[in-house]
Parts: sequence; C-alpha cells; structure tokens
Amino acid sequence: MKLNVNGRAHDVDADPAMPLLYALADDLGLRGPRLGCGLAQCGSCSVLVDGREMRACVTPLSAIGHREVTTLEGLPGLHARSGRAPTVSGLHPVQEAFIAEQAPQCGYCFNGIAIKAAELLAADPSPTEARVRAALDGHLCRCGTYPRILAAVMRASTAMAGGAR
Amino acid sequence: MSRRHFLKAGGALLVAIPLVPLVPLIPLTGAAGAAGAAGAETPAAGAGAGLPKRADPKSLDAWLAIHEDNTATVFIGKVELGQGNSTTLLQIAADELDLDLAQMSAARIDTAHSQNQGATVSSSSIQTAGPPLRAAAAQAREALLQRASVQLGLPVASLTVEGGIVRGGGRQVSYGQLIGKGRFELAVTDKVSLKPASARRLVGQRVARRDIPAKVNGTYEFVQHVRVPGMLHARVVRPRGQGAYGTIPRVVSVDATALAAIPGARVLRQRDFLVVVAPRQWDAVRAADALKVQWDMPARLVGDGQLHQRLRSAPTTDRVMVNEGDAVAALAAAETVVAGRFDGPYQAHGSFAPSCAVAQVDDGQWLVHCSTQDVFALRERIASVLEVDTARVQVRYVEGSGCFGHNGADDAAIAAALASRLAGAPVRLQFTRADELGWDNMGPAHVGEMRLCAGRDGRIAGYEYHGWHHGWMIEETAEQMALGREARELAVGPGSLYVNRFDAGGMYRIPNWRLVNHAVSGLSGYLKGANLRAPMDLQYSFASEQLVDELALKLDIDPVEFRRRNVVNARWGGTLEAVARSSGWQPRTAAPVRTGPRLAGRGVALGTHRASMAAAVAEVAVDRASGEVRVLHVHVAMDCGLAINPAVVESQISGMAIQATSRMLCEEVRFDERQVTSLDWVSYPVLRFAAHPKVTAIVVPQPDEPSLGAGEEAIPAVGAAIANAFFDATGVRMHVYPLTPERVRRALA
Ligand code: FES
Ligand code: FES
Repeated sequence: MKLNVNGRAHDVDADPAMPLLYALADDLGLRGPRLGCGLAQCGSCSVLVDGREMRACVTPLSAIGHREVTTLEGLPGLHARSGRAPTVSGLHPVQEAFIAEQAPQCGYCFNGIAIKAAELLAADPSPTEARVRAALDGHLCRCGTYPRILAAVMRASTAMAGGAR
Repeated sequence: MSRRHFLKAGGALLVAIPLVPLVPLIPLTGAAGAAGAAGAETPAAGAGAGLPKRADPKSLDAWLAIHEDNTATVFIGKVELGQGNSTTLLQIAADELDLDLAQMSAARIDTAHSQNQGATVSSSSIQTAGPPLRAAAAQAREALLQRASVQLGLPVASLTVEGGIVRGGGRQVSYGQLIGKGRFELAVTDKVSLKPASARRLVGQRVARRDIPAKVNGTYEFVQHVRVPGMLHARVVRPRGQGAYGTIPRVVSVDATALAAIPGARVLRQRDFLVVVAPRQWDAVRAADALKVQWDMPARLVGDGQLHQRLRSAPTTDRVMVNEGDAVAALAAAETVVAGRFDGPYQAHGSFAPSCAVAQVDDGQWLVHCSTQDVFALRERIASVLEVDTARVQVRYVEGSGCFGHNGADDAAIAAALASRLAGAPVRLQFTRADELGWDNMGPAHVGEMRLCAGRDGRIAGYEYHGWHHGWMIEETAEQMALGREARELAVGPGSLYVNRFDAGGMYRIPNWRLVNHAVSGLSGYLKGANLRAPMDLQYSFASEQLVDELALKLDIDPVEFRRRNVVNARWGGTLEAVARSSGWQPRTAAPVRTGPRLAGRGVALGTHRASMAAAVAEVAVDRASGEVRVLHVHVAMDCGLAINPAVVESQISGMAIQATSRMLCEEVRFDERQVTSLDWVSYPVLRFAAHPKVTAIVVPQPDEPSLGAGEEAIPAVGAAIANAFFDATGVRMHVYPLTPERVRRALA
C-alpha cells in the first residue's frame, strides 16, 4: 500500500491492520516516531496526519489512506511550507526552541512533544500557558522536562508570531 | 556472593570504590585512530576497530587520544543517561587540554575499548570520573608541551596553547602534528599540576549540551533504533506482572496453534523463558498476543493492602547503623518529643521507553547493544547465562530513555542474548509497556518509625529512627526463567541499602543519634527491588523531615528558623538560606486559615543522597472536595560543590523536582497476592503535563569545592517539602504517600 510521509510517497508491503508506527520505524527506517507504550497513553509515537496529531502506535495503516503523514523529520519542511518566516537553523520553531531552552534530558519523549507543539502552534500561534498545558497533557516525560518544554513552546510562539507579522 | 554480583546489584554503592580493573588487562594494541575522532557518536566499526582493545587505567592512552587532525577523543566509562555526562566530562578534559569543545569527542562506551569505571549510578560520574580524567588531560597537555618545547627549541614556560595550537617565538605547532599517528605511551601519574580556577575556560560555564540537537531533529540513535542485518524481532512472553521475587513462574502448557497464520513467527523456549520471534516487528507483536500459555504462578505476594503491616512485623536482621550519645535516654528525659510512623510505597522506574536490546553472534563472538548502566558487569552476566567465556561477549552501550536506576535494560539485554541463541539469528528484543512496568525492579517499600526531641533552645537533643525494608534483586528475570537459577538478594552492604546517616538526620547537629536498620527478607513474598533514583532517600526524608516540622511546630518555631538553628554546617545553612530567599519565606505571624474549598500551604525540607545538599520549598493547593493536591511552585537550591555546567545542574534539579512531585502525589506500584497489576500509565499514574509545578532551580555557587553528584538530592528534599506543605495547608499530617485524591479525601474526612 501507498503511504505519504513527509512529502514523499512510499510503497509499504504490510498488513493493513498493522499500526502506522511499525511502517514508519521498520519499513521507512524513521527515527522520529518511536514506541513508548503502544496504548495511546504517552505520545511517544505521535505523528501529524493531515496536520492533526495522531498516535501511530494504535492507528492501523488502513486508516491512513492517502492522507499526509508528517513525522519529526518532516517538521522543518512543514514549517518551510507554512509561509512563516524561516528559522535560523532551518528547523521548525519548536525544535529550535527546544534547543534554545536545552529542554530534553534523555530526549526520547521529544518526538511526540515536538509533534503536538507543532500542531498546537499551527492552530494557535499565540497560546496561553494554560492552553499549552492542556494541549500537552496527553504527553508524558519521565525525565521531568515539563517546565522547559513549556518555556520552549512559549518561546517558539513568540518567534512564530514575530515572523508572521 | 561474588564480587561482581555484589557490584552489579549494589550499583549505588560504588561511589567510594576506586577504579579497580576487574578484568585481566591485555596490553594495548593498535593506534587510536580516526574512528573515534569524527564526532561524538561515531560507532566504531565491528569490535571497536581502531580503538585500544582494552583500557588499562594506568596508561594515559586509555584515557584519551589526540589525533593527527588536532582533535581529541576521551574514553570515559560513564554512560549518557540524559543527564549531560557526555558534555560535562568533555568540558573538564577540554579545559585542562586547552582544546575547544568542538575538538573533543567521547568514544562510545563499549567493553571492547572503554575503561571499566563501574556503573553509572549514584550520580557519581562527575564526582568520581571527573578528577582522574582531568588529571589525565593535564598530563597529556604537559607531555605535548614537552614535545613542542623540543621541536620549537623553546622552554615549556615560554609556550602558550589555544585550541591545541602551541605557540612560541613566533612559531606554532599543533597537538596533532606533535603526536602524529603516535600515542603517549606514558603511565598515568598523579604528579601533574592542574590549572588554577582562574584559568578555567569551560568548567563552570553554561555550555550547551552536545546531544540535544540530534535529540530534537530526530537523528539521535537510541537503542530502540539499532538494526542489524538478518535481524528478527522478538517479544518475551511472561505472565502479565511479576509475582514474588524468587518464585519463578512455570510454564504449564503452550499452545502455538494461532501462530501458524503469522508469517515467520516462531516460539522459542528455554525452561520457562519464552520468546516469540518473527522477521517483522508487527508479527512478533501479534504472535506474543496469539500465544496461549498457561502459567503456574503461586500467590505468594503479600499484596499491597497488607504490605506495610507485613514489613513491620516480618522477622528481620537488625543492625545499628549509628549510635552516638544516648538517644533513648535523651528521648526519655525530653519535654518535647514527637514520634510517628511513616510508610513509603513501592515505586517503579517507569522508564518512558520500554527497554530494548539487540544481540548477535558472529563466529562465536557475541555483541549486545543495550542501555545498561554497567557494560562490564553485564558482560559477565551475559557470559554466565550463555555459558561462554567473558572474552567472547562484547557489550555496547546505546542510550535508551532515562533509566533512573536499575530498570529493565539488563533484563532485556539478557533476554535478547538468549533469544538470539535460541533463534540462531540476530535478535532485536523489545519489551512492552507491561513488561517494563510489570517486571521492573522496584524501589523498595519502607516503614520508618521515628522519635525526635529538642530542648527549649530549639536544638535537636535526640533522634531515633528504625527502618524496615528488604534489599535488592540480584538475578534478572530472564536468567531465572531460562536457567531456573535460584534468586538471591542483595541485603547486606554499606550505602543506600540501609537506613543511613545521610537523609536520616545527617544534615543536623544531633548529640544523641540512633539509627537502626531492620532488614526484611526480600525472598519472603515481596517484589524485585533495586536502586531507584535517590534510593531510599525519599522514604527516609518523608519521615524525618515531617517530624522535624512537627517538632518545630510544637516548639512554636518557624520551620526554616528551626532548621537554621540545627543544620550541621555552613554549607547546609547556605543551601537553606538560598531556598528561603528564593521563595520569599517569611515566618507566619498568624495561624494559617484552613477554611474554604481550596486550601493553600507551603513547606520546606532538606534532602541529600550522599554528598550534595539540597533544600526545597513547595507551595501547594489542596482541593478539599476532590482530594486533589496541586503543587504550584517548587524552589530548590543545591550545593554540589563546583558545578561543571550550572545549566546542566539546573536541568537536573528541575527534572528531579518534577519527578519528586510525581512520586509524592501519584506513584505507587499496585499488586495483589499473585502479581503486579500496575502495567500501564493508567494503572501506574505519573505526573502529567498540565499539573506540573513551576520550578525555580538554584545552584549554590561553590567554585572552590570539589564537584559532587547532582542527580538525586532534590528528590528527598522536594518530596518532603510537599508533605510539609500539605500539612501547612490542611493541618493533617500524612503518614503514607503518594498523596492520591482518594487517600487525601479519606484523611480530610
Ligand atoms: S507509544 Fe503511542 S501513545 Fe505511547
Ligand atoms: S526527556 Fe526523557 S522522557 Fe522526556
């Protein structure tokens, strides 16, 4: 079956019931989406499907169809196509902000965090802290980097708002 | 018990143990080449090609290599667990070498070439690995300057170095030119002069962590990403949730009929160790689900309802840990005495990513990729499980998600090796969420009974603490199931295993002090135990720091003032003042108002692990009707001596504050009499994003003190500060945590 991932079409020979995560990690060899729980509880595997965050660990391939899948690897391209001002690093503003805030510790959870933050900022480039907290509540970080994630998302929002003027 | 077993299971005990080579030393062969030079994450091809075969810590070449291109590789034995080791250790070396950070890289940790510096535990990396690395770097610089002096015909004293370029008399030569393809060939000496503090360029600076860009852009390789040719995917098949440690679940019957429909799926078995393998990961997942196994798993656990009574009344091996003055007499004579019993739950490491390992054998040589905290100890363990010579096993560290102690990483590595041998093919073995939580090595539950008294002057006069808990597991589950090995318990030894002087009063001047450890047998119906970040410290501080508050209250002394009067030294005092200042602490002039649906409070506490000092102030809000406790803001000050990278320490402090909040409010392993029932993030809830407190992290500047570990101490301080804040808000003292809504509702009813 065909999968549209990060702006490219891929042929994947797999069981349509197979969760998208395994296609991305095993067939396409992407490092962004990754297993955390396999139960839609942690956000480790998150991707954007037509711009909406979805849990790849529980989403069967058959449910994706021709929709556009964006992974962590595709966030810079997504931003480049958004019409907003480019970042210095070429990364998505949330990625750049995670580096500026030195947010990750082990960094394993940051795939899903980046995906969710990108989804949020696309819909609401100037969210309140309360909105960021609520949006990210489905994402765990066991290293306890929540405060720096929050600071980074606010920073990215400022950067994006500045660029969108 | 062999020394290796002791070291392995007792990971956190290693702080004081010097770097002892535990393997026969093989002379170094081959030049250290460009393999390690091309960046921090260059995996050496094959078995560490181009790198020294085995590291003799007495040889300078074992510590670092300078390459022709004027870069350097350090061979450190401490793994990156997300705590910034890979950056801070390079800062130390680069400073002494007069190299820029960009010229430095760290070789991957691999038994094939790394030094055996013991496990990466107890936040000891900077404390124990820093000084010898620094000395080695200084010695290397001296040796290079001597060569430069000869080459340039100038005295060493007239030379200057910057970025590895030595200049003098209008000429220059680089380190790379000086060393060429050669090596130092020098024995390590301790007679080197280290740079004075005034000459530090990188140490003490807020240098950006080197691993972060790749972790953010999706190129970082976690162990879960490792793929090797011809690899099969594997899942272990175990009962859902461990039973009593030492009671191996037995396979009664296996029905693999349903696997026939799954391409390439196979069941492999050695005694009671069961795995399914398949060429595709999804097929291994499906096969694990489809396999029908009947287990014989006797109901031998105490069950979480009875846990603390059982611990308290179990037969014990008692040991007096501290006996100074006469605490019993002081308590008998005192006017003002407080006493209480405090219970702590089992808590899981709950690593964000389930453990994973890849094992392969090639021509009788095993290679296991995994995220163990101790590649050398695990190598011996795997060799013994496979019954091959240790020299035939190579263990390579690849980072996983934060482990916070002895999580499932080693169990997964052993399971991968077993599965690979059974399958006759390379195997990637991935634990599920239920494997990781249900078969985790839990931070042991604890019962603490304590009495405390003070004189009218507000000075502590007597302190007595009795603690009950069991020890740590030694045998990993995979090896028990595969070999039927009898399980043993690490129940004796110094350090965190016992009630100890650090968190049980060590921050205070106590004239009459008695600590007694009551060791319960971990083989009598309990869960697998192990070191969980700040091992036992939170349990002790939950009891001790709450009673300190209670005593202050009885004496009508502000809790910060009471601690100020009693701290054992000026560094503890300074840490306390730093947090009091940050939080704007003011003694209460009136009794707190405790009416209305939402109660607010604040609390202070001190905490440590073994060395660094932490003080915390927590502000909480308690919803009376729902029982929900919200931690709004945590201030934490830490004195960890010279902070190599204050930004990294702040990040650690902040993470610990969040984890401690989670452990104090949410985390508790549930189990019935048969098995653990906390198997996912619903049955083992942890602090989520929306409820996280604001954290203010303060690194107390101590530029002239030796660096100390900085990854554990805030946990006991923050946890106890929350408990004290809860009392301040409600007037109700909690004697058991976590402070879940249900428990709080009951307490407030
Ligand atoms: S792995 Fe998909 S939500 Fe946890
Ligand atoms: S940074 Fe480790 S889980 Fe989030």
